[in-house]
Amino acid sequence: MASANTTERPLSPAKERGKFARLLRKYALQIAIVFVALLLWAFFFWRSPLTWGSYAIYNSLMSTTPYFALMAIPLTLVVVAKEIDLSFGSIMAWGMAAFSVVFMALRDTNPQLGVYLGFLACLLAGLFAGWLNGFIVVKLGIPSLVTTIGTQFFWRGVVLVVTDGQGLGMTVVKETILYNLFVGRFLGVIPAQFLWTIAFGIIVWFFLNHHKFGAHVYLVGDNVDSARLMGVDVERTKIATFAVVGVAAAFAGFVVSEQVLFLWPTLGDGYLLNTLASVFLGGTSVFGGTGTVFGTFVAAFIIAIINPGIVAAGWTAYWTQLIYGFIIVVSVALQSILRKRLT
Amino acid sequence: MEYVLQMKNISKTFGEVAALHHVNFEVGTNEIVGLLGDNGAGKSTLVKIITGYHCPDPGGEIFWKQEKVSHLTVSKARDLGIEVVYQERALADLQSLWRNIFMGRELSNRLGVLDQRGMVRETRKLMSTAMGFTSSAVTPESTVGTFSGGERQGVAITRALYFEAELIILDEPTMGLSISETRKCLDFVDGIKQAGKSAIFIDHNIVHVYPVADRIVVLDRGTIAGQFQKGELKFDELIDRLTHLAQTGHLETNHPKAR
Repeated sequence: MASANTTERPLSPAKERGKFARLLRKYALQIAIVFVALLLWAFFFWRSPLTWGSYAIYNSLMSTTPYFALMAIPLTLVVVAKEIDLSFGSIMAWGMAAFSVVFMALRDTNPQLGVYLGFLACLLAGLFAGWLNGFIVVKLGIPSLVTTIGTQFFWRGVVLVVTDGQGLGMTVVKETILYNLFVGRFLGVIPAQFLWTIAFGIIVWFFLNHHKFGAHVYLVGDNVDSARLMGVDVERTKIATFAVVGVAAAFAGFVVSEQVLFLWPTLGDGYLLNTLASVFLGGTSVFGGTGTVFGTFVAAFIIAIINPGIVAAGWTAYWTQLIYGFIIVVSVALQSILRKRLT
Repeated sequence: MEYVLQMKNISKTFGEVAALHHVNFEVGTNEIVGLLGDNGAGKSTLVKIITGYHCPDPGGEIFWKQEKVSHLTVSKARDLGIEVVYQERALADLQSLWRNIFMGRELSNRLGVLDQRGMVRETRKLMSTAMGFTSSAVTPESTVGTFSGGERQGVAITRALYFEAELIILDEPTMGLSISETRKCLDFVDGIKQAGKSAIFIDHNIVHVYPVADRIVVLDRGTIAGQFQKGELKFDELIDRLTHLAQTGHLETNHPKAR
């Protein structure tokens, strides 16, 4: 039997079916999440055809979902590696605080250069904050839940000190190429940040599924002892996952601030719940070792349509938070049940 | 006999506790050595010195293929070709078979992009040859969490063999296995012999060690209490002597201990 599989001969119908069943089982979670998304969309469409039949709602979904999808995608890596990060909301603002420092220094002499260098400073600040999370978790052995609650408050505090609690107008960004690049409209209709989110998803997917780094992320999350015994650099892998989330959070912070052309010191508040919900609803196990970028991507859009869907259907938006919380609990509970049945 | 590994005058003390004193231990080329001993006899300390995890006390010498090795580290031991097959712990349950086989040593190009096809192909080849998986339900994409204990042990041993290990250390591989799974595991140990490699087989259970080992070394309270070549002693005699050892702390050997 085994040897028949190795050759590339055309498979018999029975084998073809067996192969199909195997593929179905392998991608069961991804298929399920797409169905959930379609069902939910159909339900909302039925409740309010006027809203869901026009382009405006999709335009708005494509421009605002990336704010947290950009972070949920790399957060998938952290959760697969059996860690958690709760500090990304504050890192969004911390990146922009770094931006504002550089930008203010150059505002009077060369504001455009200030924007470019500020953007660079923003990404570096995010990278540093993410690396620091990883460093504390790995080198000092402090659980990531505790570490990132701490850094969440810390970076928020830094932002308030640096900005003195004041906002900053960002209209000058409109004069740079960065505006069209990140929040412009591709072909006049598609928000650029949506395309960036897709590109980002593909890159992270590639690294998770087709690169040594991703292979090690799965191994570290699945069985950290065996990974270490087999020569996987556990420390470096974990730190890298946190660092990627840091950069992504800073980038998301820049995109949000660009879109609204204003930097709020409270930037990032309110993204915690929907980002985490996207990761868990997307089928990434809170127990580590499994998860897909595709699942997170689709789940982010499911999370995104809940709020407008509820409002358009004529119910109170107070339901939103309840449903987000419910989704997190149910998807985590489902993972626990699935895990018991699989092993 | 040519030795692949030779350890001379190895002692190891942890603070006040002497785990090993003046142990001489060797493994011949293509020899399966059974290492027996009660809990606390020093088996795992000895293994950890061989794998470079612990450093022996000054005065101890380690030779690999007649060459002296100073400062053996974990990575150095692996480079030399010393592989340890840990039970259970060594597999990632939620990952596919091929990811487990190539754990930590994934085939990839210089940029780190995985050669997935190559790894799946090699795994499939190993499945039909080394692992003896014949069921069509098992593919390289199957997750190892669904495997039986014997199959899992087979995966761990095959992994060691595939990476050209010269000396494979099996740390209580039959623990928790059913009778048929144990049989399968012992077949893998035979496979090591056939492949011309050497092995150290550690177990409490003499019943498992006796049939596959070329030589049996008995450790007791940090020293080598005695050793027997295969065929030198009948199974029942060996059991009697080990029982005697457990009671009196003295093992009767056919040869004087000094070598």
